[in-house]
Amino acid sequence: MSQPSQRKYDAIVVGGGHNGLVNGAYLAKAGLSTLIVERRHLVGGAAITEELKPGFWFTTFSYALSLLRPDIIHELELTKHGFMPLLMPSSFAPGEDGDYLLLGQDHDLNVKEVSRLSKKDADAYDQYEHDISRVCQAMKPLLDNVPPNLFSKDPEELVAMAALAQQMRDLEPRVLHNAVRLLTGSAADFLDDYFESELLKGYLASSSIIGTKVGPRSQGSGLVLLYHNIGEHDGVFGSWAFHKGGNGGFTQVLARAAQAFGAEIILESPVTTVMTVNGKATGVALEDGTEIAADVVVSALDPRRTFLQLVDPRELPSDLVENIERFRFQGTSAKVNFALDGLPRFPTLGDRGDQYRGFTNIGPSMDYLERAYDEAKYGWYSSRPYIDCAIQSTIDPDMAPPGKHVMSCFIQYASYHLRESDWDSERQNLGDTVQRTLDGFFPGFSDLVLHREVVTPLDIERVVGLTEGNIFAGEFLAPQMFFFRPAPGWNQYRTPIDGYYQCGSGTHPGGCVMGAPGKLASQQILKDRANGASAI
Amino acid sequence: MFRTTPFHPRVQSANETGLWSHWAGYLVAEKYQMAEKFEYFAIRNAVGVFDSTPLYKYRITGTDAEKFLSGVLARNIQKCLPGQAHYTIWCDDSGYVIEDGVVLRLAGDQFLLTSARPNLSYFQNLIGYSRVEIEEVTEQLGTLAVQGPRSRQVIAALAPEMETIRYFHVVDSKIGDAAVTISRTGFTGDLGYEVWVDSADALSVWDRIMDAGEGHGILPFGQIALLMARIEAGLLLLDADFESSRFAWNDEHRSTPIELGLGWMLRDLDDDRPFIGRKAIRNELAEQTSRWKLVGLVVDWLDYDQMYNNAGLVPPKDHVPVAEEFMLYDADYQRVGYATSFMYSPVLQRHIAIARVKPELAKPGNRVDLEVTVNHRYERVGAEVVRLPLYNPQRKTA
Repeated sequence: MSQPSQRKYDAIVVGGGHNGLVNGAYLAKAGLSTLIVERRHLVGGAAITEELKPGFWFTTFSYALSLLRPDIIHELELTKHGFMPLLMPSSFAPGEDGDYLLLGQDHDLNVKEVSRLSKKDADAYDQYEHDISRVCQAMKPLLDNVPPNLFSKDPEELVAMAALAQQMRDLEPRVLHNAVRLLTGSAADFLDDYFESELLKGYLASSSIIGTKVGPRSQGSGLVLLYHNIGEHDGVFGSWAFHKGGNGGFTQVLARAAQAFGAEIILESPVTTVMTVNGKATGVALEDGTEIAADVVVSALDPRRTFLQLVDPRELPSDLVENIERFRFQGTSAKVNFALDGLPRFPTLGDRGDQYRGFTNIGPSMDYLERAYDEAKYGWYSSRPYIDCAIQSTIDPDMAPPGKHVMSCFIQYASYHLRESDWDSERQNLGDTVQRTLDGFFPGFSDLVLHREVVTPLDIERVVGLTEGNIFAGEFLAPQMFFFRPAPGWNQYRTPIDGYYQCGSGTHPGGCVMGAPGKLASQQILKDRANGASAI
Repeated sequence: MFRTTPFHPRVQSANETGLWSHWAGYLVAEKYQMAEKFEYFAIRNAVGVFDSTPLYKYRITGTDAEKFLSGVLARNIQKCLPGQAHYTIWCDDSGYVIEDGVVLRLAGDQFLLTSARPNLSYFQNLIGYSRVEIEEVTEQLGTLAVQGPRSRQVIAALAPEMETIRYFHVVDSKIGDAAVTISRTGFTGDLGYEVWVDSADALSVWDRIMDAGEGHGILPFGQIALLMARIEAGLLLLDADFESSRFAWNDEHRSTPIELGLGWMLRDLDDDRPFIGRKAIRNELAEQTSRWKLVGLVVDWLDYDQMYNNAGLVPPKDHVPVAEEFMLYDADYQRVGYATSFMYSPVLQRHIAIARVKPELAKPGNRVDLEVTVNHRYERVGAEVVRLPLYNPQRKTA
């Protein structure tokens, strides 16, 4: 393990995932002596890139970038440190019957492509994109500000609530109504109003289930759909990019930025306890017994670990403990990553390979996705899973040797809680299921496989530390968002322990490689420091 | 009728878009892929290939060639040794820039000079009694730029001596059976090479380069991606950032080397080398009469985003360069300059521009306001004056 250079810091951030790094960078930028403490041998949390086979770089967990807030790129001067979001110029959705949907960067050609599936869906596609962008534009400020505390009588909070209400009132009725339909309803209901092509609906609905234990027909899937569209890349809502070197390349950029601002990072240093004296945080204790003092301790871990593991729950109000205990994680996603000897072949497109320069979406209809979900409801994994593939070596040659490829496959559904087995027994069966499914769409796929890595929800929990393997550090469900993330009254990054803060994806606005929780938490910490609220 | 370059059969089959431009009378690809930004990232993260054949090329030879060029070109060609190359300019008697180009010194008395427009009569009229011959070889030579971080691997796989060639150096080499000249030059501001090949051998050179680039993310790139890269690199473009003084209608449309930020070429002004424009340029420096200074601009992202968000719009971030004039103002709304090339830079994640401002405002860090239209009204957005190039990776010269 690396050693801290000091015995006492202004701030210690527990966890070097992307939010911990963002938080630490902002605190250091503000002049606080800051230490970021990471349990593993590398920073990045779930956003890492690893060379699992010589020359082949795997994005083991998180694999693309969209929701990262643009202000973080600028304020942390990330381009100076190598920030490079590469364009993914196409999006490919194979159908079950050999048909497909292939979208690219030319708007009019995309409209033509959609009209090949359904003439009616052509302008509906434009309308859908416009409507959802309007909602994204309206909701965007919510991602970039500390949410008000609904339960506080503090005049400042009342003003913030009034401002929020005013903001909603200022929206056009259609925009506000669409927002509510998305935030509370199902993606299927929303999409059915626009489209008739099953392939197109399957493709779009896929964004409504990622990372969450809902099917496209479940109420609540609209919120997930909205989240996966509200990100932006170079000013385009819903556009995703592949960071040079994968998301691990991105978190290395973050680490360099944090260090450039003066933050210190130590690796292989698991924190066992946040130390407190008289209800105030005083520092952290590491697994090897080292104690490091700090005025501010920030947990970038998920809410369960933040409140029930790092501190003694008996120091916390019982209603908070109860809320955290019933906070839903129920991870439902897995990864299967491949090293390939060449590009897969989709027979309808012959020997073409340019369709793989973005996501390849194995979710050919709403029924396919819903059936995949059915098996998760009963404590199992999908026999024909939804798969989001990305052959990243097609856009970044540094990911694999010339002529070879790496393929990241996000898998859903795979319930963390298996009813009649366990993940150590099912790991390779899951890998086989995924490979079989891919063989169905790309005949001969298995012959290309040089190496396979199966990452179950249990592996996500074990390796990254995300409870129950939930990739968002807590489900994206309305009762767990905004005013209530992670618990009513504790949505402003503070905790009942003076000087102890939370900045992980379990706080507002939530998961994905967004960085907003890390940034907003730093604002709250700096504000409290300026107000002397925590007697620092 | 337009012409086609010797690479055209390959260019044509690679261009998936059906979009073409005319450049100096040649048919050229605007972009090959639907996404020009993807081609741009080949330049910045892999390797891209650009057919720059349409540039005018002049072979200048003879025992007086060096002497001739040292009087015609503003940058001292005597400092360019055989095997080296110079980015250079030529000026008129009033000290205004006529054009710019790259000159390769292939041997003591052999030069190859490029220019954006024809200049043969201009140069030939200056020969007088000098023992110099100038021949236009535009059509005899194909030029292929191989640019990007992986360009060295690709070129060195074909011509191993390229592993060590230094920035702005040039060597004769072979690619397959074809004799080529390879220079470590380019118009992208990245690590890169330009391959100069006899037209008859052009296709075999294209094929070998593409084969060597297999698995390295090699892509041909078109005009749009090139223009994106050149703005980031702060490389000037005739008729976008400046005009030829030969064809300008008045001095408002002319620029001096100092005004274009090319004063670094003229460090030997105090020597006794006579060249066209020397006296006027010395006067300009002595009397500080420069009207402008060329700078880079980086638009204030917060200002920009807020301006559009407040207007009820999504802030546009369009990477396709706009070659129009954008007015610049100071805080008192007085005009202080104009931007000539504007775009959103994907690697810098900012809107950037090449601009000229009054010399007293050219200090890096100064703020000016850039005028744009939002909701059909003129609005101003803050921008910081920075040094060019805006993007300058170490690998370019390493």
